[in-house]
Amino acid sequence: MNNIVILPILLPLIVGVVLLLFAKNLKVQRVISGITMFALLGISLYLAHIVYYEGIKTLELGNWPAPFGIVLVADLLSSFMVLLTGIVGIVCLYFGFKTLSEARLKGYFLPFYLFLITGVNGAFLTGDLFNLFVFFEVMLISSYILIVHGGTKYQLRESLKYVIINIVASGLFIVGVAYIYAVTGTLNMADISVKVAELEQQGVLNVIAILFLLVFGMKGALFPLYFWLPKSYFGPPSAIAGLFGGLLTKVGIYCIIRVFTLIFYHDVAFTHHTVIMILAGATMFFGVLGAVSQFDFKRILSFHIISQVGYMIMGLAIFTPLALAGALYHIAHNIFVKSALFLYAGATQKVTGTTDLKKMGGLLKTHPFLGWTFFVAAMAMAGIPPLSGFFSKFALVLSGIQEEQYYIVFVGLFVGILTLFSMMKIFIYAFWGEQKLTDEEAKERKIGSVVVTILPLVALAVIMGLAAEPVFVYLLQVSEQILDPSNYINSVLKE
Amino acid sequence: MKSSLMLHTITRIVAFIILSFSVFLFFAGHNNPGGGFIGGLMTAAGLLLLYVSFDLKTIKRVIPFNYTTMIAIGMLLAIGTGVVSMFFGDAYLTQYFDYFQLPILGETELTTALPFDLGIYLVVVGVALLSILTIAEDDA
Repeated sequence: MNNIVILPILLPLIVGVVLLLFAKNLKVQRVISGITMFALLGISLYLAHIVYYEGIKTLELGNWPAPFGIVLVADLLSSFMVLLTGIVGIVCLYFGFKTLSEARLKGYFLPFYLFLITGVNGAFLTGDLFNLFVFFEVMLISSYILIVHGGTKYQLRESLKYVIINIVASGLFIVGVAYIYAVTGTLNMADISVKVAELEQQGVLNVIAILFLLVFGMKGALFPLYFWLPKSYFGPPSAIAGLFGGLLTKVGIYCIIRVFTLIFYHDVAFTHHTVIMILAGATMFFGVLGAVSQFDFKRILSFHIISQVGYMIMGLAIFTPLALAGALYHIAHNIFVKSALFLYAGATQKVTGTTDLKKMGGLLKTHPFLGWTFFVAAMAMAGIPPLSGFFSKFALVLSGIQEEQYYIVFVGLFVGILTLFSMMKIFIYAFWGEQKLTDEEAKERKIGSVVVTILPLVALAVIMGLAAEPVFVYLLQVSEQILDPSNYINSVLKE
Repeated sequence: MKSSLMLHTITRIVAFIILSFSVFLFFAGHNNPGGGFIGGLMTAAGLLLLYVSFDLKTIKRVIPFNYTTMIAIGMLLAIGTGVVSMFFGDAYLTQYFDYFQLPILGETELTTALPFDLGIYLVVVGVALLSILTIAEDDA
């Protein structure tokens, strides 16, 4: 009985509802939501702290005992993800305060922002498969509203596709939940894990495993189901695109990692080393090819989301503690840096009025602060030591070589080069070259105060790189905990 | 649309029956089929009948609620019921019940599930009417 586990879900939900009452008063909304996000970060920090020192925390909602009622479980992985959500949630919110117009903010923007955070935290913390579906829906419905918020023609067209693909995925999710209930007779994830271990994972259980991979792969933008992502993330304003690009795909990845370490871990040669490995390679490769071919700031970044997701899945495919730690490090790195880059795209758009790289140029001369901090984030993305991207790829490549999975290592390294290439392309086109703005325009369009809101993310990318050792010590503990499902099962079922 | 005398007359009677039955369903919900969701839907259906047979403006004068506020209050009520148990040191959403002697009703079971259901009821009525009326106003 630890009510602290539900607070990261409850707090944004209650505050979101309270904000509905202040629909007309934007100032009150801003103040309340600004304070809430900091409180949420504090709670997530505390949760991560006590989970680290005292072990897995569970909460049986309504005091109904474990396999029957709904359980919330905060293990090291969940509390880590909730912490990341708290951090990126604050930065995107304050960036939104600086950049979004009043008209947009007035259309119930902030309540739905908080409901989105509710859904994301719920998906991370729940220990029940059907409840996971419910929190997915909370997250998705809020994301439908945020992605279409503002209602430009482009947004309406692309978000329709986003809604359709997600409804299809949710339908398949329910089918998967129904199948697994039919086979095991339970929906509690720990209990399912026990039952699957007894039944031995073969035949229909492998089919269910692949079905779940398909569902979460759609949400997480895996090959070949990533086609919806680049266009739909191009439409919404950058504060939203940053949050979505950083966070939402990672919820899908989190679910894949959770399901394939807790439940379907018996047939590793087939599920992990074959299916997920091929998907990882293809996702990385085709994602980065898309990025190389584009000449638009936001579109390049959207395609990069896809290729970076491949690295995370690669860690799961190799399936050793070091590889999983590398994957988790990459998730954290990617949430910070990818959100930061999307926000930079927004800041650059504020200055130049476009996201087309060919129409920009010479920003380094007129806006050096924007240019150099972007450079740091872009290099972190590309994986230049000592920044954060280097260490995740290092761990992944090292564990790949240890496990003699040379193909995936080769793909990973090759994709790394192309990533560097497309990041340099942005930098060269947008920040070098001829100055496209007149001197007066450049002086008028000051962006410093907006860039300051992004800096925490860039700083975290630098700190994660410089303090890679302690971060990896922590993440190795996380991955050892999730690689031994008995930890999770014992703390939920209390056997 | 031309107003129809027959529709008006029947609506006046039927709306009352629907609304009172929805209240019955709401209270039945604890141990029998019914509850906040079904009761709320039926109330929304009854109110919607009024909106259809009379026109938007007339009914808006009769029912001057802001449905967004109604949704918010309903949700606060439902969430708040869950939070109360946290103050007693129990898990979130733990429910309590006991039997009381009330003046007219005699021995009655009072539960914390009731305010929770009332919250659901308000949310369902609010959401159903808000979404339908938004579309209707869009057209006009």
